[in-house]
Amino acid sequence: MIALFLRDLRLAFRAGGGFGLALAFFLLVAVLVPLGVGPKAATLALIAPGILWVGAMLSCLLTLDRLFATDFEDGSLDLLATAPIPMEGVVLAKAAAHWVTTGLPLALLAPVLGILLQLPGPAFGWLTLSLLIGTPALSMIGAFGAALTVGIKRGGLLLSLLVLPLYVPTLIFGAEVVQRAGQGAPLQSPLLLLAGITAGALALLPFAAAMAIRVNLR
Amino acid sequence: MSVWEYANPKRFMDTSARVLPWLAALAALCLITGLIWGFFFTPDDFRQGSTVRIIYLHVPAAMMAINAWVMMLVASLIWLIRRHHVSALAARAAAPVGLTFTLIALITGAFWGQPMWGTWWAWDPRLTSFLILFLFYLGYIALWSAIEDSDAAADLTSVLCMVGSVFALLSRYAVNFWNQGLHQGASLSLDKEENVADVFWVPLLVCIAGFVLLFVTLVLIRTRTEIRARRLQHLLLRERMQ
Repeated sequence: MIALFLRDLRLAFRAGGGFGLALAFFLLVAVLVPLGVGPKAATLALIAPGILWVGAMLSCLLTLDRLFATDFEDGSLDLLATAPIPMEGVVLAKAAAHWVTTGLPLALLAPVLGILLQLPGPAFGWLTLSLLIGTPALSMIGAFGAALTVGIKRGGLLLSLLVLPLYVPTLIFGAEVVQRAGQGAPLQSPLLLLAGITAGALALLPFAAAMAIRVNLR
Repeated sequence: MSVWEYANPKRFMDTSARVLPWLAALAALCLITGLIWGFFFTPDDFRQGSTVRIIYLHVPAAMMAINAWVMMLVASLIWLIRRHHVSALAARAAAPVGLTFTLIALITGAFWGQPMWGTWWAWDPRLTSFLILFLFYLGYIALWSAIEDSDAAADLTSVLCMVGSVFALLSRYAVNFWNQGLHQGASLSLDKEENVADVFWVPLLVCIAGFVLLFVTLVLIRTRTEIRARRLQHLLLRERMQ
């Protein structure tokens, strides 16, 4: 599993791996929204938590379609299926690699974009923390969606249609944490619920995703 | 005699062909009585005026929109566990019907909300979760139509339906957390003292029965179509082999 994880990391960091694409997209969202809604600091501060979370969510989506698809096309997914590790482990390793190359850098970049969007001062730490806690769920749910659509040619659009509704609870709780942090309200309950969704997704979705991959390899 | 006999497509086709006209007639009867009764022979509500009559479409459609998903979930589980093709096809057949009911609930709700709340749409938990349910239906149908191999499609959509059910429930409670609602609470619960008055209640029950029957009828028709389409496909394949 660790070897597979490192292999996926190497592939992502090399040229054409798509690393940086998600970050650039996230940056663009943060630049384009003020251009769209106007530069008033009060308005921006109000919508900043939501924009940052939606932006992070969409950026996660960008590299999902190649999570299993490239391996499926060149046949390495068949080899992985016959490897001694269970398919659930493969899914988990690949989702982890996806998180390290998108979720983690997004969480670290988010405070910088928070400055651009006039995010209220106390919310910065919570923004990073909520993204650190929430993005693993995004990667895992995305891996499930990618597993469903791996056999479909140009399944990228379908993938977003399937995955985005599944992102709803994560988005709600994640943005709520940042919103409440900005207003100085108690934020324990959304934070715990966010962590709960991540824990639940990591525990259960590998089985669903592995089943979908097995069906697609049949 | 058990339910599983209908896993045999032949038996299913025979029985459903016999039941279908009766079901359709009963559905039409219930809907016509319920709607005419509700629309023309009930008093106006003292605050809502005649807009209250939208309840006869809105509530049954909304109930069936949710129940259709539950039915798809059960059918998907049967397919995953016992591999009965009729079950997978019934789940596939129910999806567009559920989607339409969701749309009816949303649109009639908007027509009622415009005069009553002064807005077509509000980001209320119930409204939002219905919109999300609509998206789930869309994704489910899109996945069915995107995969060519029919068994793989049935497997994958079943998995999606299971995972989607969990997330739909989660979303339902998440939006409750996110915003307090405008939408009134349930007024038809069996365990509450205060419910909607009997004048509105009885025709509403007839309408609900009509929508349930309509749903069953439509799903049966669509399942029969799917079975026939599957048979045709096999015939064509066999012809090409020769």
